Amino acid sequence: MSNEMGAPLPGSLVGTGLGEELGLTRRVGRRQIVGGLLGLIGLILCFVVAPNLSSETKSIAFEPPPDPLQVNFNPVVVVAVIGALYVITAVVSFLPMRHDRIALIAQLVASALAVPLILALGLALSDAPVTNVTNLFDESLLLATPIALGAMTGLWSEHVGIVNIGIEGMMLGSAGVGFMTYAVMGSATSATWLWLSILVAVLTGGLLAALLAVLSIKYQINQIIAGVVINLFALGLTGFLRSEVIVPTGNSKGVATSEIGIPLLSQIPILGETLFTGGPLHFMMYGIVFLTWLVMYRTPWGLRVRSCGENPHAAETLGIRVILTRYQSVILGGFIAGLAGAWFSMEAQSGFEDNMTNSAGFIALAAMIFGKWTPWGAFGGALLFGFARALGSRLQFLNVQIGDFAIPSEFFQSLPFFVTLIVVAGALGRAVAPAAEGQPYTPSK
Amino acid sequence: MSDQNQPTKDSRRWVFQWWDLQPVLVPLYALLLAFIVGGVLIALIGVNPFEAYWALLRGMFGTPERIAGSIARSVPFIGSALALAFAFRAGLFNIGAEGQLLAGGVVAAWVGTWAFMFDTPAVFAIPIIIAAGFLGGAVWGGIPGVLRARTGAHEVITTIMLNSIALFMTRWLINSTDPLILRDTAASVPRTKEISDRARLPELFDSEPPLHSGLLILVLLCVIVWFVLRRTTFGFEVITVGTNPHASRYAGISVNRIIVLAMVLSGGFAGIAAASEVAGTNGFFQPGTFAFIGFDGIAIALLARTNPLAIIPASLLWGSLLAGAPLMQQEADVSIDVVRIIQSLILLFVAADAIVRWVFRLKGDSTGSLATGSAGWSST
Repeated sequence: MSNEMGAPLPGSLVGTGLGEELGLTRRVGRRQIVGGLLGLIGLILCFVVAPNLSSETKSIAFEPPPDPLQVNFNPVVVVAVIGALYVITAVVSFLPMRHDRIALIAQLVASALAVPLILALGLALSDAPVTNVTNLFDESLLLATPIALGAMTGLWSEHVGIVNIGIEGMMLGSAGVGFMTYAVMGSATSATWLWLSILVAVLTGGLLAALLAVLSIKYQINQIIAGVVINLFALGLTGFLRSEVIVPTGNSKGVATSEIGIPLLSQIPILGETLFTGGPLHFMMYGIVFLTWLVMYRTPWGLRVRSCGENPHAAETLGIRVILTRYQSVILGGFIAGLAGAWFSMEAQSGFEDNMTNSAGFIALAAMIFGKWTPWGAFGGALLFGFARALGSRLQFLNVQIGDFAIPSEFFQSLPFFVTLIVVAGALGRAVAPAAEGQPYTPSK
Repeated sequence: MSDQNQPTKDSRRWVFQWWDLQPVLVPLYALLLAFIVGGVLIALIGVNPFEAYWALLRGMFGTPERIAGSIARSVPFIGSALALAFAFRAGLFNIGAEGQLLAGGVVAAWVGTWAFMFDTPAVFAIPIIIAAGFLGGAVWGGIPGVLRARTGAHEVITTIMLNSIALFMTRWLINSTDPLILRDTAASVPRTKEISDRARLPELFDSEPPLHSGLLILVLLCVIVWFVLRRTTFGFEVITVGTNPHASRYAGISVNRIIVLAMVLSGGFAGIAAASEVAGTNGFFQPGTFAFIGFDGIAIALLARTNPLAIIPASLLWGSLLAGAPLMQQEADVSIDVVRIIQSLILLFVAADAIVRWVFRLKGDSTGSLATGSAGWSST
């Protein structure tokens, strides 16, 4: 799908050299539009916002209350300086094309500066004198857990050529079945059964993924339908299990996984206590993201997986068993979704509610596309989303007011969605999916 | 898909094709199979499945009121499924009907409370409120369309984000008391004021929920969309872009224009569905009433294989199952969620007709999967 404005097209025209040529001859492209907007925001910050802020000193803390390490600042100065930097970025963006790299870096820096900017503005507009940023980052990482895991599920499935709309259903199904096992077998208290139930959740995720695999590989039905079937089925099944099995046992609430501290890292002064102490499934998430990258991009099997998603016929010619690889990879992804489900019902809280994943699977899908189908990119997308959500609830907590108008909590709740929308529209551009995705594969005879 | 089977097909088949009932039979068998599997599940919790299904059936069609209620329950699904089917045809995976319904509904409810709507005759008031719904939905659907065409932002991401944004924004619009925006302060729950009586859609049958003439509007809309897709240049362009955007570009079709238009219309259809709910069922707007209508629309559109005419029976099936479920819970003590499981199985077996053919030993080829929307994300 070409952009008639003549912006370069990654993936489709680049090979012909036409894309680069178009990219060079354009006058106003994405970079210039983003730059212009940044300049406008910068001017507003410098001349409208900064002069009207109260110049009361505020602080940012890095440690929990008793005697915290904190940095004091004057919000007016911070806002004005960031505004000036935005204006500089805008100027850089309109330099000739050969300075494009400088413009890109300037814009990335400007985007990162949005974080201190929002914090400074939020503090300046509220009565609170101090806010803790280490905590804020910890919350971001925590909220990113299911999104990052779900995105890894998506990667394992999509890189092998199977579209996965069913991440949401896999998470929800495994959250429900996992907690049901815990409530029935372990009376929602036994620690051994907690871990066995997490295992059950992981297996449930694998089972639902196997269903997706059978439907889309063996029966070759439309993969989007297969995913929607899984979502609907999981929604119905878990609702059914909750009212027919979990509630009658009387164990609707239980004990969640206990926090662990990572040895050594949790001893790091200031940050360690907050960032490296947390739930075990949360830390497993980092390992899974790393392993996904390692296996997918650094092992022969990972190469086979990706080749099945790019060109299954060529892969078959090389002796790769495409069907088998597809099953393996999709089911592996399902196990990861199962872990994300377990996080919902046995770590973030202990208990199961209807539709408790609440679109996290779809957001994971968005994070995966955001990361252009790469593990670290998807992880970045999950972090961005988690951060925006943590920031939103933090600002809501700070009770931010502009004059007499208290900014409604709904605005902060929708902040992560706005941020994702703006980032995706403004900075990312087209992403290229694995080529053979969505196409059923019939081995040649 | 099943392409490699086509040339080897026995030529005798042409003779039998006149009375070939398979297109009708297979979905019916799929329905039967879904209910059998659901029945096994009901039996597992110790309830007689026949009793449960009898209660479900009476809940759906037991009395004239219940029949009308079942149809009424299906009306919004027709709109949301049509919206998604149309976007699917253009190769766009619009998950945003949920948000487009909210946007259309809130605009329709706002326009419906305008002072002049109280003096305008219904002939004008009703088209105005429907148009308002269309506009609201069209704007909300147009945003991802423009973003997709201009910046390449994937519509799956943008529509999901816009769903949540619509939810929070409409919640704010009707919750906020300082400043007071749309909230009816006299009502005990957060909702908008009652719309003008002139803008209310005439009721066809006094049931619960009331069967209103929004049904006629949406059925007509399905027929129009079917005609446009089948018989007009625009429809041809939409389908071509959905099937192969590269080829469309070489054929001289402005792909970006089609993408934006398809998303605008898709959102607009969802908005009409929302306006018909506001003007027909409640008379006011409350975000909760639209929960899941957009997501179920995805399933219904796929169940109907994105055929605008097939959406009507598919929505009726969907809505009446949901309408009948409470009686099943009341009389047979089976959780309503069984209906959700059955719905997912229906979709499964209709899509995977190979399973149905295998179970019932039907002859013939699999009809293959849906041509449009099956290429994943990469069709751009």
